[in-house]
Amino acid sequence: MRVRVQAEPFDFGAECGAFATGRTDAGAVVTFAGIVRDDGGLARMELEHYPGMTERALGRITAEAMRRWALRDCLVIHRFGTMLPGETIMMVGTAAPHRADAFAAAEFLMDYLKSRAPFWKKEFGADGSAWVAAKDTDEKALGRWSED
Amino acid sequence: MIEVLYFAWLRERIGLPKERIETSAATVADLVEELKAREDRYAAAFADLAAVRVALDQELAEFDAPLAGVREVAFFPPMTGG
Repeated sequence: MRVRVQAEPFDFGAECGAFATGRTDAGAVVTFAGIVRDDGGLARMELEHYPGMTERALGRITAEAMRRWALRDCLVIHRFGTMLPGETIMMVGTAAPHRADAFAAAEFLMDYLKSRAPFWKKEFGADGSAWVAAKDTDEKALGRWSED
Repeated sequence: MIEVLYFAWLRERIGLPKERIETSAATVADLVEELKAREDRYAAAFADLAAVRVALDQELAEFDAPLAGVREVAFFPPMTGG
C-alpha cells in the first residue's frame, strides 16, 4: 500500500508496469489515470493541496479500500502544482486475486479521493481563471459505498 | 493560540494562507463569527457557509465541533481532487 503526493510528473506506464510486475498472489491489476482535459481554451491547471492532511486522507482512504476488499496491494499517486492539458494528474492501482475486487476498489478510491482528499483545482484560460466547482454527482457517488 | 489555514478561494478572498489567532471561541462556528466581525474580507469569505468545509488538526469536522485542544483549523471549499 503506497501513497505519493508530488509536484513532479510521473510516468504512468512505468508506474503501472512496476505495480503489476512480479506478483504471484494477485490475478487482477486495475489501474486508472486522471488527465488534464481541455474542454476548450484551457491553458493550464493549478492544483492546490493541504500538505499533511492530503497524505493522511489518502492513507486513510487506501487503508479503507484494503479493509473492504480482498486486495493484495494498492497505489495512489497524486500531483499538485501546475499542469498542462494532456498531463497526468493522478493514478490509482489495485491488485487483487480476482478482478471484481480490483475494479470495485479502484472505483472506491477514485470516488473518495475526488471529494475527500484536500485538493482544489483552478483552471486558467484566455478569459481568466476560475476554481473548479465540486459536483453534486461526485458527492452522491460516495453514497453507494455506504456500509449502513 | 490557534493556527488558522485558508485554501483555494478562501485563501484568495482573505488574502493570506495562514495566521495565528488568539481566540476564546468554543466552537468552529464561534470562531467563524469572530473572524467575520474582524474585517469585510473575512465576512465575504464566510458569507455562505454551505460552500465552506472545515478540518480540525487535519481531520474533516463540522461547524459545531469544539475547539478545545485543537492546534490547527483549516477552512476550504469542497474538495476537487482526482
